[in-house]
Amino acid sequence: MRLVVLGFLAAGAAVAAPVSVVLPEAATTYPDLGPGAPPAEAINNNCLGCHSAEMVLTQPRLTPAEWQAEIAKMRNVFHAPIDPADDAAIVAWAVAWSKRLPEG
Amino acid sequence: MAFSRRHLLGFGLATAAGAGAQGVDLRLPGGPSLRPISDAFPGKRGMIVQRTQPPLLETPLGAFDTGVITPNDRFFVRWHWPLPAEIDPATWALRVDGAVERPQILTLAALAKLPQTEIVAVNQCAGNARGLFEPRIAGAQWGQGAWGNARWRGVALRHVLDAAGLRAGAVAVRFGGADVPPVDGAPAYLKSLAVDHARDGEVMIATHMNGEPLPLLNGLPLRLVVPGWYSTYWVKMLDRIEVLTAPDDNFWMAKAYLMPDTPGGSVAPGTANFPKKPIGAMVPRALVTSIADGDRLAWRAAMTVRGVAIGGDAGVARVEFSGDGGATWRDATLGVDIGRYSFRRFEAALAPVRGAMALRGRATSTAGVVQPLAPVWNPSGYRRGEAETIRVEFV
Repeated sequence: MRLVVLGFLAAGAAVAAPVSVVLPEAATTYPDLGPGAPPAEAINNNCLGCHSAEMVLTQPRLTPAEWQAEIAKMRNVFHAPIDPADDAAIVAWAVAWSKRLPEG
Repeated sequence: MAFSRRHLLGFGLATAAGAGAQGVDLRLPGGPSLRPISDAFPGKRGMIVQRTQPPLLETPLGAFDTGVITPNDRFFVRWHWPLPAEIDPATWALRVDGAVERPQILTLAALAKLPQTEIVAVNQCAGNARGLFEPRIAGAQWGQGAWGNARWRGVALRHVLDAAGLRAGAVAVRFGGADVPPVDGAPAYLKSLAVDHARDGEVMIATHMNGEPLPLLNGLPLRLVVPGWYSTYWVKMLDRIEVLTAPDDNFWMAKAYLMPDTPGGSVAPGTANFPKKPIGAMVPRALVTSIADGDRLAWRAAMTVRGVAIGGDAGVARVEFSGDGGATWRDATLGVDIGRYSFRRFEAALAPVRGAMALRGRATSTAGVVQPLAPVWNPSGYRRGEAETIRVEFV
């Protein structure tokens, strides 16, 4: 152990101690868009396991086909366990979210 | 442009991580453009939160205006997969195997005994400024802050590969880190370099950044440094080096981070079929840092505009500046050259006119590559390189 410590001193810095950090938790979920809007339940059930909600909330206005392609990529490439029965509801929420953005 | 947290809550973008008082408007065309600024991430302060988990943290423009070295606590962060929150340097092991004569398991103590070198180099995300592409593109919606410049210290990768001894037939060297996909079967984040590139003596296994151990969020305890190339290759929390005897066909080389193999890396929006190749070297860029797009400034007769430039995988030979949207150009003054892969400061004189002005910088590399004036566009939003336009108003 003493040799390890000397090795770090020779390299100019002491990093031998373990480093432990707390990574922030994301508090945000996909918001309810109001009466008559598509519900957020499906996207909240399927699209928070691998990434926090900002991944979707920061996207530009995408078409339904583009949102469906994102779901397909998450499922087929990244093996996300998205229930296929929820695809339509996820796309509907995302498109409704997109429509709140100004015209690009 | 700063605004209150109340603004952010209205956009549903406030997070635990973004619970600070400030936010920023990245002015992404069509939005959403507002992001929280956070001090909540370990070893970081004042970072633009693009995503909390896995973290995507952007450097605010002002951090590039104070010097050519980006401070560790302002350096951008980009993880594909969840990362460990605890690192024990005493037990860290870097495995070197595959097509080698002598497989290695290197501790940090063993690496510290090899010759140590330093290099100043810009680390830039392939998708830096993706949020500014038009038409817009799905993906991480970065503004201009997914890059930074640091003085890296560590061991040349060549020394480690020489110690292991490459076997005949070695064609590529693949790198992996300690981040782990959250779902079984998802592709681990692995990237490769051609064997000659890996052995060029510049590619480094870095332990230190600006004189300090790497921040955990930037890859403690080891990360690859690939000067002149995009950060997709700068694998963090490096724990595995594998020498391959065939080109790497893993997802992150064969399917992701592919560029159009076309002049300038562009295709017409909507184009689906075109030749592709893995993204590689960076291209020249100049970024104005003393004024932000959308600023309203008090008119004055004369002022100096500052910025930083890169030559890509070469030095910066020249930066030109235009106060009229690119109609006319004048040479900017270049700052001290601290290395061909570093940011280089530029300063340009501007005679403001009252009202709207479109300011542009244009870098030329020492290899003779000039930034184009026409926009770069490709379906993944990679390698933005056109001369940027900053729209400001003098009142």
